[in-house]
Amino acid sequence: MSSSFTDRLLGKVRLGGLLALAAPLLAVVFAGVVTSIILALTGNPPLETLRLLLDYGAQSRTMVNIINLATTYYISALAVAIGFRMNLFNIGVDGQYRLAALVAAAVGGALVLPAPLHVGVTILVAVAVGGLWASIAGLLKVTRGVSEVISTIMLNAIATGLGAWLLTTDRLAVAVSGSNNIGTKPIPPSGQFPGFALIPGTQAKVFGFVVVAALLGVAYYVLFNRTRFGFDMRATGRSESAAVASGVSVKKMVLITMILSGAAAGLVGMPQLLGASYSYSLDFPTGLGFTGIAIALLGRNTPVGIAIGALLWSYLDNSSDILDLEGIPKEIVIIMQGTIVLSVIIAYELVHRYRMAAEQRRVSRQLSAESPSPPGSGPNSGPNFGPDPASDSASEEGAKA
Amino acid sequence: MEEAAISTSTSSAGTAEPGTEPAVQLEGITKRFPGVVANRDIRLSVRRGHVHAIVGENGAGKSTLMKILYGMQRPDEGEIRVNGAPVHFRTPADAIAAGIGMVHQHFMLADNLTVLENIILGSEPRRFGAGIDFAEARRRIKEISDAYGLGVTPDALVEDLGVGARQRVEILKVLYRGARILILDEPTAVLVPQEVDELFDNLRGLVREGLTIIFISHKLDEVLSVADAITVIRRGTTVASVLPKDVTARRLAELMVGSELPSPETRESTVTSDVALSVHGLTVRGDAGRPIVDGVSFDIHKGEVLGIAGVEGNGQAELVEAIMGMRPAEGVITLGGRDISAWSTLRRREGGIGYIPEDRHRHGLLLDAPLWENRILGHQTRKPNVKGPWIDRAGARADTQRIVEAYDVRTPGIDVIAAALSGGNQQKLIVGREMSGDPVVLIASHPTRGVDVGAQAAIWDHLRSARAAGLAVLLISADLDELIGLSDSLKVILRGRMVADVDPADVTPERLGSAMTGAGGDRDTPAPEQLGPAVTGAGEEA
Repeated sequence: MSSSFTDRLLGKVRLGGLLALAAPLLAVVFAGVVTSIILALTGNPPLETLRLLLDYGAQSRTMVNIINLATTYYISALAVAIGFRMNLFNIGVDGQYRLAALVAAAVGGALVLPAPLHVGVTILVAVAVGGLWASIAGLLKVTRGVSEVISTIMLNAIATGLGAWLLTTDRLAVAVSGSNNIGTKPIPPSGQFPGFALIPGTQAKVFGFVVVAALLGVAYYVLFNRTRFGFDMRATGRSESAAVASGVSVKKMVLITMILSGAAAGLVGMPQLLGASYSYSLDFPTGLGFTGIAIALLGRNTPVGIAIGALLWSYLDNSSDILDLEGIPKEIVIIMQGTIVLSVIIAYELVHRYRMAAEQRRVSRQLSAESPSPPGSGPNSGPNFGPDPASDSASEEGAKA
Repeated sequence: MEEAAISTSTSSAGTAEPGTEPAVQLEGITKRFPGVVANRDIRLSVRRGHVHAIVGENGAGKSTLMKILYGMQRPDEGEIRVNGAPVHFRTPADAIAAGIGMVHQHFMLADNLTVLENIILGSEPRRFGAGIDFAEARRRIKEISDAYGLGVTPDALVEDLGVGARQRVEILKVLYRGARILILDEPTAVLVPQEVDELFDNLRGLVREGLTIIFISHKLDEVLSVADAITVIRRGTTVASVLPKDVTARRLAELMVGSELPSPETRESTVTSDVALSVHGLTVRGDAGRPIVDGVSFDIHKGEVLGIAGVEGNGQAELVEAIMGMRPAEGVITLGGRDISAWSTLRRREGGIGYIPEDRHRHGLLLDAPLWENRILGHQTRKPNVKGPWIDRAGARADTQRIVEAYDVRTPGIDVIAAALSGGNQQKLIVGREMSGDPVVLIASHPTRGVDVGAQAAIWDHLRSARAAGLAVLLISADLDELIGLSDSLKVILRGRMVADVDPADVTPERLGSAMTGAGGDRDTPAPEQLGPAVTGAGEEA
């Protein structure tokens, strides 16, 4: 009768209080236990491995890398979460950001503009390309009823092909000097997004884009929780039938949401492009869109939850580098990430069920405390067969039996 | 007082000959769900070899009771005795073991299997411990079919069978598992009249052979014609046990709905000459292009309640959705003189149409959202909920508080989620919401379905006072007394067409009921006066 498991999976159901914190913490601890068991089974010392991860992750250079990768993950997860809020599974964030980054890199490399404008135009191009690419899936869903899951997966493959076709020396690419790699023409300094040294003890700079990511998180929160548009979106995600009855045009919402999700996806490649590589080359990071799905689930589509999830994910990714050096397979971290996602989902589900039952109990208890009479015994349920309103006419009509 | 007198007759109706225990006896069964009591102190005694009917309105608690008896739900309090021995069912398997079988309203048969395969599915007779003994199964099915005159062919494919035959397969399936007590949940809902007659013949054959049948229905004439004893459930509790020879359909209807009915005589007409909503030639087509609503026209004036009576599934839901702009339709709808046929749902709502949907969980509420967010739903472009593109939290919350107080929504606060409220309180919130923002027209679809007595009376009061203030109301309800009591004029819908106009001041639920089934006369020649003395009771309802 109430929310479906999918709704809860996608975080459309609120969890309040300490329980909301306890669930993910327990899940992470549980994932640690599972990982330890696997480590022990494969003949690696679990405690030693965890200590290695902790130590390496606490080094200042690693911390910069963690924040930088988390920035990318965060934007990717937000892009996925925008769709999730409306029950749209945008699996295509991956294709959207790669295509967007490629085109934006080409435009940024070709432009000559003053600094802030140059950055702005490059970002705008990325947002537009991401949004456009996602709008294909949105249009297909709205006009032809094609599931966005299918179409975005297909569009990922098409984006890969399109990217490979564009990234040749005949078109957008130039040879990268000193290697056999090819990439877009490097973006000149006026188009680069300056980083800043945040962590003491290292020369490595944190992406300046981390600020944009944080602003994006705030915008996401405001959009969903404070605006009419966000209300319509949440209503549609919670109950499409109720949204339709309340006058929401679901088709319009689907299209807009898909475009918004794609536009955010367009930004996923920007921290890397504008803060580190300045060019889209064959070794530009891939698969960030899929990581975003896992992190959006982990963070239950809330901006803060996603931030924590992104940091955790990035932490595990970065600190795993040390394991190889110690002869421990770094894939153990992937097992850990997978276990975390699964156990977080299960933990939230358990907490949700507990809370639903508790809330209903609380409400009925509070109400029965207010009025001593049990439900149903209101003022009207006295003598049951009083004067009948319609008995004046033809009361014998029903006698035929 | 009178209730006590009726209850006394329970003992006389339920008392069997000395030495024979009742087949099923329920004592003080109570079942609570969060926020609502589904069954309260149910008492029931079913004699062996009887067709015992359990009647009550939708939402009265019949289904919960049967789920308890069939082991699908466990009672919070009370005792179940089968053939005199106390039982505690944990699963339906326990109930089956005790000889209780259930025939569900919706058939649970695999279409692509034969009758035989469907019947033995899950309890296949084994040969040498491995292979299925089809010969034995066929023999037993034939035996049961012949013994009770069910006429089931074991080797027919279920997909080739008609609805009546499928139902007999379901019954045989239950008998095959050794049931001596059969629960039939609204078995006639899916049948045409001739099939109903056949079913009743089958049922009489079953009880002649010593089986006991518990028959759930809200169709009074069927109950009167087939039952040996009748128990009435209202608002979750058994209010009377009677013998069919002692009651009329009218009396049963009174027992079912109680006396908390609005009284039409006490009101004055508030109907004005201004047309608020006009529907002309409205046609809604189904998937196959077949009209579900067929050329419906009517006017509702300010201060008028127009009731639509009809058996559910005759196009009422589609009519409402077309008026709300949720479903494409042909024809012209005007609101206060303006043609709104091309308007979106949102624009129609902004234009002053309030909507109390039939299914509040699907269409009326966001169950997981707090009450104040539910206040915004459907009014998300209007004050006090929004300021420009922003949600006005303070405004919405203050107005939710107002609704909670004015409409007596029993809740600890406006931050609890809607799912935590009982059905009646959810509905009062919806009514309060739809009445705010000065609606011109209110579409009320089953406004008091599944709500408790207090909430029902409150909702009726609100509808009446809004009508007095000039609101035009389109009322769709399955509760005939509600329709007759609240409406200023009544129309009967049958297979998507308006087939009769009825004066609510001069009609009884029985006569209205027979008009709804088309038994009241020739439906192709609808005439306002056709519901005269020609209508013969409710005997033809099916």
